Amino acid sequence: MNYIASIGSYFIMIRELFKKPTKWSIMKSLILKEIDELVFGSLGIIIFISFFIGGVVTIQTALNLTNPLIPESLIGFAARQSVILEFAPTFTSIIMAGKVGSYITSSIGTMRVTEQIDALEVMGVNSLNYLVFPKIIALMLYPFAIAIAMYVGIFGGWVAGVFGGFTTSASYIEGIQLDFIPYHITYAFIKSIIFAFVIATIPSFHGYYMKGGALEVGKASTTAFVWTSVAIIILNYVLTQLLLG
Amino acid sequence: MIEVNNIHKSFGDSHILKGISTSFEKGKTNLIIGQSGSGKTVFLKCLLGLFTPDEGTISYNGNIYDDLSASQQRNLRQEMGMVFQGSALFDSLTVEGNVMFPLEMFTKQSKSEMQDRVDTVLKRVNLIDAHHKFPSEISGGMQKRVAIARAIVMNPKYLFCDEPNSGLDPKTAILIDNLILEITKEYDITTVINTHDMNSVMEIGEKIIFLKNGHKEWEGTNKEIFKTDNAAVTDFVYSSELFKKVRQMYIEERN
Repeated sequence: MNYIASIGSYFIMIRELFKKPTKWSIMKSLILKEIDELVFGSLGIIIFISFFIGGVVTIQTALNLTNPLIPESLIGFAARQSVILEFAPTFTSIIMAGKVGSYITSSIGTMRVTEQIDALEVMGVNSLNYLVFPKIIALMLYPFAIAIAMYVGIFGGWVAGVFGGFTTSASYIEGIQLDFIPYHITYAFIKSIIFAFVIATIPSFHGYYMKGGALEVGKASTTAFVWTSVAIIILNYVLTQLLLG
Repeated sequence: MIEVNNIHKSFGDSHILKGISTSFEKGKTNLIIGQSGSGKTVFLKCLLGLFTPDEGTISYNGNIYDDLSASQQRNLRQEMGMVFQGSALFDSLTVEGNVMFPLEMFTKQSKSEMQDRVDTVLKRVNLIDAHHKFPSEISGGMQKRVAIARAIVMNPKYLFCDEPNSGLDPKTAILIDNLILEITKEYDITTVINTHDMNSVMEIGEKIIFLKNGHKEWEGTNKEIFKTDNAAVTDFVYSSELFKKVRQMYIEERN
């Protein structure tokens, strides 16, 4: 019953955050600040993870291709498909749910605990719009980060494949060009946009409606990460069925 | 003027406010006192519109809050200033940014006009060199003064303070009390202060409401509170050894 009430509250929050918008001159600077914090601030970890994930996928594919009839270019092909379809949009989003999500929950939760949200409300500011809306808009640039993750992941695969002696540069490049379907990129970006909305709103919900003190801020961050990850995994299944099925 | 008529507020099974009626006059410092858990904070949050009473009405200059449209309620809130117990300054903004925040949000003033207003109110609360410091870089007393400056920057009609002296040393607490009293007179605003600090009661309690278990137990002035025969009030007022001795001396002097 509690879960149903929470889901209801979440959708009420979504409706409320579009009401009574904050002055554009202020909102503009908030959005730019959030882009810097949430998107540019995450590029380092995204690049790091993508590079090694691409590398691992390549090595594992190469080690499992023992049949001499299977062309070596399949290593590049498998790396590209895995990175573009799943690892870049979904795996990175799970990482972002931890990194960005816990930051969002703890920052909003701390504002709740220290009555800063009450202060906004007393002034007549729509605190949901002021705090959550800029995060949603900033994370609409998330596909840009995913595009970098795709590029770096495939590059990581090339480095691991070529320098690890698993494949040649020519066959890897042949593999990543093989049967390329541009719609897969569109599919990945659609998923990214939806995951970005989830990463911005579920942690905000847990931070905004939390009760208690510093300990509860920590607990709310953990709960937010769990529910954001669950939502991403379920949506990943649904979107894959809808867009590729 | 704020008029409160028979307000009730419950959270689940807990009946916190049990039919409080009173009024707060313009140009006066009105104090709400009572033990922890007596319903002071809930009452103050009802006055601020942060909690909606289950029953009863609160009216501001004759306008019942619940009868106002959403936009009228928002406009009314812009006439309120609030000093929170922990100051509630925005961590990401400097002192100047905190005080300028309501001006940027709700006025169409130019940057220089806003800057002038911020300088004026910061000077009024005796904060001159702290413009570019962040809340974490200043003392608790300074944070309270910034919170007061932020609360008065929009020339409010109503000023609410939730335990403005908590966590401050007695000397700074008196400074804050006097500052609130001076501002109340200077700006002719209705000030409501939630406190359990007896020094504040003595210094600035022009009207005092004593809450006990969600009821209004007593109402009067700082002159009257020390003479009342209400047992609950005297228990609260003379709970400290210092005040007990003062009372003893008063009784001995009278006899």
